[in-house]
Amino acid sequence: MLKQPQIFLLMKWGNFFSTTIGKKSMVAASGIFLILFLVVHAGINACIFLNDGGETFNTVASFMSHNWIMRFLELGLFVVLIAHFVQAMIIERKNRAARPVKYHFSQPNKNSKWYSRYMAIFGILILLFLIMHLSQFFIGTKEALYFEGDPYHDLYGEMQEVFSHGWIVALYLVGLIALFWHLLQGFQSAFHTLGLSHKKYAPIIKMMGTWYSVIIILLFALMPLSMYFGWIS
Amino acid sequence: MEHYNMNLTLKVWRQKNSDTKGHFETFKVGDISSEMSFLEMFDVLNERLVSENKEPVAFDHDCREGICGACSMYIDGEPHGPWAKTTTCQLHMRAFKDGDTIVVEPWRSKAFPVIKDLMVDRSAFDRIIQAGGFVSVNTGNAVDANSLPIVRYKAEEAFNSAACIGCGACVAACKNGSAMLFVGAKVSQLAMLPQGDPERTTRVLNMVAQMDKEGFGNCSNTYACEAECPKGISVANIARLNHEYLRAGLCSEEGDL
Repeated sequence: MLKQPQIFLLMKWGNFFSTTIGKKSMVAASGIFLILFLVVHAGINACIFLNDGGETFNTVASFMSHNWIMRFLELGLFVVLIAHFVQAMIIERKNRAARPVKYHFSQPNKNSKWYSRYMAIFGILILLFLIMHLSQFFIGTKEALYFEGDPYHDLYGEMQEVFSHGWIVALYLVGLIALFWHLLQGFQSAFHTLGLSHKKYAPIIKMMGTWYSVIIILLFALMPLSMYFGWIS
Repeated sequence: MEHYNMNLTLKVWRQKNSDTKGHFETFKVGDISSEMSFLEMFDVLNERLVSENKEPVAFDHDCREGICGACSMYIDGEPHGPWAKTTTCQLHMRAFKDGDTIVVEPWRSKAFPVIKDLMVDRSAFDRIIQAGGFVSVNTGNAVDANSLPIVRYKAEEAFNSAACIGCGACVAACKNGSAMLFVGAKVSQLAMLPQGDPERTTRVLNMVAQMDKEGFGNCSNTYACEAECPKGISVANIARLNHEYLRAGLCSEEGDL
């Protein structure tokens, strides 16, 4: 007797996201959103290099925290960030369960790049970094906005205060190094997971990913360093 | 290449069945010819074990010419040993030196339970194929050449994907125990051809659902599978699988039967 073929009910969104590929496409899409966010973040922060005592930077920062569109996007950013992390952790848990007995002798460096195997570890490091980062700058800004009657908020001054401590600058550099490896693998990986692999475009995406990771991390690292060493006034 | 003989120390995984815990057993083998295949070296060891009234080491093998995908073995930290694009039966002892210690383990994956020693149960792959890796109509006799036009590059790509022998090295190499390269190849070989087109949507969805059910991990794009695949199956097949899944799940209206 012919076996009735199983038909997967693809009309339901829940079914689409229940599979491992569905979950991963969510991680990839949210990852690309976060990649774009970092460009905006780095661009705004780069205003400190204008050397005008933080005037431009504070104006832009004030716009970002008052403009309604930006505040709505900010909410979206948190949703995307949480979705990225939670889905990735669900996937990582399943991955670890897929090999209950480990190899006793393994040489993974012979077949893959070391940083490509530690995406989850870098992700957790970045999350820890974010908790520190948000408690230093984000929470203060929101307090001033909602509870202190919205006075002029000198975020630039706050940055100078925070980055006057050597150990905080060191922690920022550690966080950025984790982010660098995460991006180096994540950028091209996201496109691959979304099914975009093309002989003409794949090498371009890979090259863009490398340059993006290097430039964005150097730009971010320059901020605490230049404040700590007093390269900008 | 010059022929030489060698003495080796083998650390081999011994496990009675799926329910028991395994352990390593160390064997010394002498006078191993550099011209032998890795499996022939195991034959020599097993002959000796049988003559000593001991249990021979169980391992999978069939064609011994690199095309069946039966031989497995995780040799010195890599599936199928140190040579690229090589099955264990095609790995020759000239890959090793006199006095080497070689560690041999079975594929380790939740979806591939150990049956005995170095043999694992790879029927999870069969069940994935049964879920959709086929064309449901009888194709009859071979049709005349070019009666069904297929773009040449698609025919070539489909053929490259079809080179997968289902050995499971991709799962064994992957840090996540993911079967995406295997499933990607099996979905691709049909998705690119007109014969596979009518079932394109349901095929990918059913095969992915079965893949998840078997307990394989997820792909995190380390590309270890491609590096260890004896047939050089490209990770482009994984991207194609993702593409096919997104196409079926997001773009197709089929399935609401």
